[in-house]
Amino acid sequence: MATLEIRDLHVTVDTGSQGEGPKEILKGVDLTIDGGQTHAIMGPNGSGKSTLAYSIAGHPKYTVTRGSVTLDGADVLAMKVDERARAGLFLAMQYPVEVPGVSVSNFLRTAKTAIDGDAPKLRTWVKDVGSAMERMKMDPAFAQRSVNEGFSGGEKKRHEILQLELLDPKVAVLDETDSGLDIDALKIVSEGVNRFREKGDRGVLLITHYTRILRYITPDFVHVFVDGRIAEEGGPELAERLEAEGYDRFLRANA
Amino acid sequence: MTVTDGPAVARALETSDKVASHLHPEGSFDVDAHPVPTGREEIWRFTPLKRLHGLHTDDATAPLGTGTTEVDVRVAPGVRVETVSADDPVRGSSGYVPTDRVSARAWAAVDKATVVTLPGDRVVDEATVLTLRGTSMDSASAGHVVVVAEPHSKGTVVLRFEGSAVLADHVEAVVGAGAQLTLVSVQDWADDAVHHTTQHAQVGRDASLRHVAVSFGGDVVRMSTSVAYDGPGGQVEMMGLYFADAGQHLEHRLFVDHNEPRTRSHVDYKGALQGQGAHAVWIGDVLIRKVAEGIETYESNRNLVLTDGCQADSVPNLEIETGEIEGAGHASTTGRFDDEQLFYLQSRGIHEDEARRLVVHGFFADIIRRIGVPVIEEHLLETLETELEKNV
Ligand SMILES: Nc1ncnc2c1ncn2[C@@H]1O[C@H](COP(=O)(O)OP(=O)(O)OP(=O)(O)O)[C@@H](O)[C@H]1O
Ligand SMILES: [Mg+2]
Repeated sequence: MATLEIRDLHVTVDTGSQGEGPKEILKGVDLTIDGGQTHAIMGPNGSGKSTLAYSIAGHPKYTVTRGSVTLDGADVLAMKVDERARAGLFLAMQYPVEVPGVSVSNFLRTAKTAIDGDAPKLRTWVKDVGSAMERMKMDPAFAQRSVNEGFSGGEKKRHEILQLELLDPKVAVLDETDSGLDIDALKIVSEGVNRFREKGDRGVLLITHYTRILRYITPDFVHVFVDGRIAEEGGPELAERLEAEGYDRFLRANA
Repeated sequence: MTVTDGPAVARALETSDKVASHLHPEGSFDVDAHPVPTGREEIWRFTPLKRLHGLHTDDATAPLGTGTTEVDVRVAPGVRVETVSADDPVRGSSGYVPTDRVSARAWAAVDKATVVTLPGDRVVDEATVLTLRGTSMDSASAGHVVVVAEPHSKGTVVLRFEGSAVLADHVEAVVGAGAQLTLVSVQDWADDAVHHTTQHAQVGRDASLRHVAVSFGGDVVRMSTSVAYDGPGGQVEMMGLYFADAGQHLEHRLFVDHNEPRTRSHVDYKGALQGQGAHAVWIGDVLIRKVAEGIETYESNRNLVLTDGCQADSVPNLEIETGEIEGAGHASTTGRFDDEQLFYLQSRGIHEDEARRLVVHGFFADIIRRIGVPVIEEHLLETLETELEKNV
């Protein structure tokens, strides 16, 4: 069974040119995601949700100062970014990056080859990509376009979930995949995530600001994230409470 | 990090038809009309004169024209390639007059010229390829090639430079009315080569020229490419691609003289730099003369800086003497290698070196695709691969 285990995770961000030095964003996060489970993380803007996602993926801007992250017991923090992906982690980004001149089809094939360790059979691969794109309601013409370049917000998110389906990781971290999507796109993206879940033994960490997506993807656990740590945990009913009450209660408690 | 330079547009006050651009003084065939450069002159300020092996001086120990080079010619069916003596009137038929000392010296030093003629009213699909191979750095050579694209001809000429040499040369192109010429110059030198090349084209009425410059090798490459028109309706596309490694100086100087109405020019150069002391210089001068109404021009230079210790100088200049233009613009950017792109690709399992390769290929992709000469495209992709393996 796939298990992603996060223990007492403290993370600072390099503030760069502002010159304030490193700033602590994550202040002790504990979270265990077992295969077959979907965890939703909800929290106000700036609470550190993306920082958690990026830290798991290994973005160079973030520094882990304390704690551990393991995938099936293996030390994730000791791995390079690409090694983490090959170990079975996937991050659907809040703001997917444009890569001019690199076609989607070349990108997908290169990624698949890297993850599997050898190139996919051309015939079946072309078919797999074609049908996955069809399920995500992406025009086949996207395959020849540069990665994310000139994609609308919704198209970028669908492209992320397309990758999730094709690369088939053990644990997927989805950072606000729902934001900026109209209702049709939200359904398409949710169906993609649900297909991934149905493969069995797959873990999902679903980061979101709104409860909207939870109508289509039912989480097993909901965590409220405030000021760099988990402030409250519960089942799907917690999401409904947040829907009704908002984050005020937590923010006041925090102030 | 992206730096975009604002346009440097100078509007000349003169109203006469024949205004000499301040950037481009009248030329001369007389060597002594061009003083030995000191490095402070506008046109020389970026060039490492000390590394020119005396090409700019009159160093008696290395007179021009005695160097050894081998030329291999692959002639496409229907195309004529011949050698003529230095006093043949075909030399200079593009209207070129030397504007710097090395050019004037090279012009005076050659004893023969190679003439490539594309026959009129005929399409030649296959490229004619002239490969010049330098065999020694001990002496300097001068060279001269004239490409004559007769009226309504269509064809491709490729010049390849390889090996080790100290070379100062000229390439002239005379593009007849309605002709379509693709002229490719590939500087694929060994690490020590020094190449000063001056390429000038005259573009006839309704003719079109695609000029492609590719610079990978050499210690110093200084390439001045200029075009002028010989009638209205001419079109010019100038593309360039370069990859400067540690210690390499690659300089591309472009000048488009819009001296005829309804002419068009599009300049697009892209370069990557990596390693300590890699230096790329791009000068893009466009002059729009008073007669040149209804013209369109756009020039762009983009540099991708892969490592610390590199320098990219990029200077676009637009000089406009008429208000009646369709469009004129330019862009110049120098960007660091984008860590976010790298992170995105790596987060999909792609190894770091492979991710870098993808990003650099992506940067050059549009220009490579537009070159439209298959053998060159393949060769470019291979060379790019070798460059990337060096130290990325
Ligand atoms: N480079 C940086 N310099 C300074 N502060 C930063 C930097 N990057 C992130 N932060 C801060 O870290 C905190 C957490 O940011 P993060 O993006 O993780 O929040 P989030 O919960 O994902 O917010 P959102 O809901 O808006 O996506 C914010 O206060 C943000 O301003
Ligand atoms: Mg966020």
